[in-house]
Amino acid sequence: MTGALSQLALFWSPALTGAALALLLPLLGLYLRLRREHWAALAYGQLGAAGALGALALGLPPLAGGLAASFAVAGAKHRLEKRLPAAGLFPLLFILGWSASLLLTANLPGVERLGAALFEGQLYFAGQEMLAGSAVALIAGGLFLRRAGPLLLLACLCPAHFQSSRLPAWPARAAFDLLAAAALALAVMSLGVMGAFALVFIPPWLAFALAANWRTALVAAPVLALCAHTLAFALALIHDQPFGPVLAAVLGLSALALPLAAAARPGSRRKTGQG
Amino acid sequence: MTGAAAQLLQVERLVAGWLQPAHQPVSFTLARGEILALAGPNGAGKSTLLSALAGGGARVFAGNIRRAAALRAGVQTQHPPPVAGLPLSGAELLALTGASPRGLPPWLSACLPRRLDKLSGGQRQYLALWSILQAPADLLLLDEPANHLDKAGLASLPSALRARAAQGAGIVLVLHDAALARTCCDRLLHLEPLP
Repeated sequence: MTGALSQLALFWSPALTGAALALLLPLLGLYLRLRREHWAALAYGQLGAAGALGALALGLPPLAGGLAASFAVAGAKHRLEKRLPAAGLFPLLFILGWSASLLLTANLPGVERLGAALFEGQLYFAGQEMLAGSAVALIAGGLFLRRAGPLLLLACLCPAHFQSSRLPAWPARAAFDLLAAAALALAVMSLGVMGAFALVFIPPWLAFALAANWRTALVAAPVLALCAHTLAFALALIHDQPFGPVLAAVLGLSALALPLAAAARPGSRRKTGQG
Repeated sequence: MTGAAAQLLQVERLVAGWLQPAHQPVSFTLARGEILALAGPNGAGKSTLLSALAGGGARVFAGNIRRAAALRAGVQTQHPPPVAGLPLSGAELLALTGASPRGLPPWLSACLPRRLDKLSGGQRQYLALWSILQAPADLLLLDEPANHLDKAGLASLPSALRARAAQGAGIVLVLHDAALARTCCDRLLHLEPLP
């Protein structure tokens, strides 16, 4: 145990990369959930993975391919939503991304290792570039949400406010879509598709159910995610396990335990939120 | 304040609709401090006209709408804010629209720190209405503001509207309840559907 913990010092770059993403992804997840778009995270992540694999097969940097694929989805989202039956776009894109990722991994030489890493989440291979990218995403995302967060809330709750004030809501929405796409493409490179999705989905889901107000949710979701990330990082390191599944298990078990603990509190009549 | 400066809206022979015209041509003006009710049977185009005044989705088929320069408008639609499952308190909703909680009836002030989805339907509806009514706006367009209000909310509505108009806002509202319209409003505009 002591030896494993002393090894942790060697893993500061992966640990900080994961911590930055653990703070950013739940914040994005809160707004995705507000917009009933939390499945978008899975679509952005899976298509980002397919883009990374495609780029590697073409001899290009995988991160650039992942970002390009996610940005393409975010950019085409509104046009595609208008032409497809309601609520089907993101599951459809996830299915296509999954299919493309597996077919690329199965048929192209030299991409198997990256393919496995994208599904398992090999955070321990994250280097300085990934840390720098995650830190920039966290700072940019935090500053953007601090300014545009109220506009995103208002656009969902009182859309007529924008019509009547002749204020365009689309710049904030479009910028948020691009930010979410970029963050997810970055996250799948180190956390894996399901590890990244677990951070986007589970802490906001719990915060929606349990937080007393939006301000509390904005604090509680990243704090929960950071605690889960820290625990998962240590567990995966000590037991030599892939990081993504361990993180998903820690978050998933928290999702089962916390609402039950809250409901069991004396005098608590709070219901959990909608799934 | 001059008469021209006080005038917020000038509507001339306006016919609005969605796919086709919804009502007979209407003309009216609205000044600061005035409350105008739109009345008429179901399907007479009241909400459609309100949507056209808001610059929303309704189409203007004929006539025109002149708004005062730099007019700030607040719009309440018949759809309440979708707050089910959302961790948003009453105070946060008011902060989002810039509405002041000052003057809120005492039976609602205590609810401000609570999540909106934990309030009764009547409390939630009144807070949603208040978030628009007290937003920093010159013109308020309210579609059925009395819908879903409980007894206490209905009793407070006329004085809240009068107080907002006294602060200088012009208000156009759709009301089904003729008695309430007479209590709340300075003028009534009766709309007739197209034959």
